[in-house]
Amino acid sequence: MRTPRIELLWWEGCPSYEDALADLRAALREAGLDPGAVDVREIRTGDQAEGERFPGSPTIRIDGRDVQPPGEGEPGGLTCRVYRRRDGRISATPDPEDVREALRAARE
Amino acid sequence: MNRGLRIGDVAPAYTLPDTNGDEHGVGGASGGPATVVYFTCNHCPYALAWNDRLLRAGEEYAEEGVRFLAVNPNDAERYPLDSYEAMIERVRNEGGWPIPYLRDETQVVARAWGARTTPDVFVHDRDGRVVYRGAPDADHMDDSLNARWLRDALDDVLSDREVARPQTEPVGCSIKWK
Repeated sequence: MRTPRIELLWWEGCPSYEDALADLRAALREAGLDPGAVDVREIRTGDQAEGERFPGSPTIRIDGRDVQPPGEGEPGGLTCRVYRRRDGRISATPDPEDVREALRAARE
Repeated sequence: MNRGLRIGDVAPAYTLPDTNGDEHGVGGASGGPATVVYFTCNHCPYALAWNDRLLRAGEEYAEEGVRFLAVNPNDAERYPLDSYEAMIERVRNEGGWPIPYLRDETQVVARAWGARTTPDVFVHDRDGRVVYRGAPDADHMDDSLNARWLRDALDDVLSDREVARPQTEPVGCSIKWK
């Protein structure tokens, strides 16, 4: 089984990235992967956001794929992302089940 | 750097327009026993998740004479979802709000009050003195908390008690300054 490339991109204007990182590390641990193997990168400027095609904070990518791809019309850039949990609640972080599912798909 | 309002400070008075174009006084002495002013916006997950709880509280405490005002101070040039037009559209799409949604276009109120996040909740008494500042409750994801910290503060004010928990840490997205 291969080890996927895991990235977490964040911006300081949103306090949610630590929770997102904790959820991501828990999912990695559950999957038997190294929870320390996350490339955590801070996005500081608009130019950097554009270069990274950063849709907002926090963003988790597994092998370059967003675990919950942004919808059309989402603003992107230096902003906080609005996620939806599977039960419909608005959240500042992705649903942990979406993260686990993305990890499973990447390892297949 | 502006330190913002602290507990016991008098909230400075301003006037801001709501989504119908009507002007509302924000801060200063008020006719009712308490006024809630919360800074919020259209694009932040924390502000969105907490808003129904705040609107519910606004509707319920209106019966006690408490006035609620939601204020959006974000820079709409960089964040078009927070423009005055987008605020009007949101209120319309949500079937109207039970409280006024005000536009702080120049950010003068947010700066004077020292607001930091959306949401950032302030309560002042009838004399305009700040008696609570912080988050609505402990968790934006848990609707059952029902803005407990804010409600506790209002119940204390309405019972002429000192607010037992006058300050909590505001949690949310940073205000988008110009």
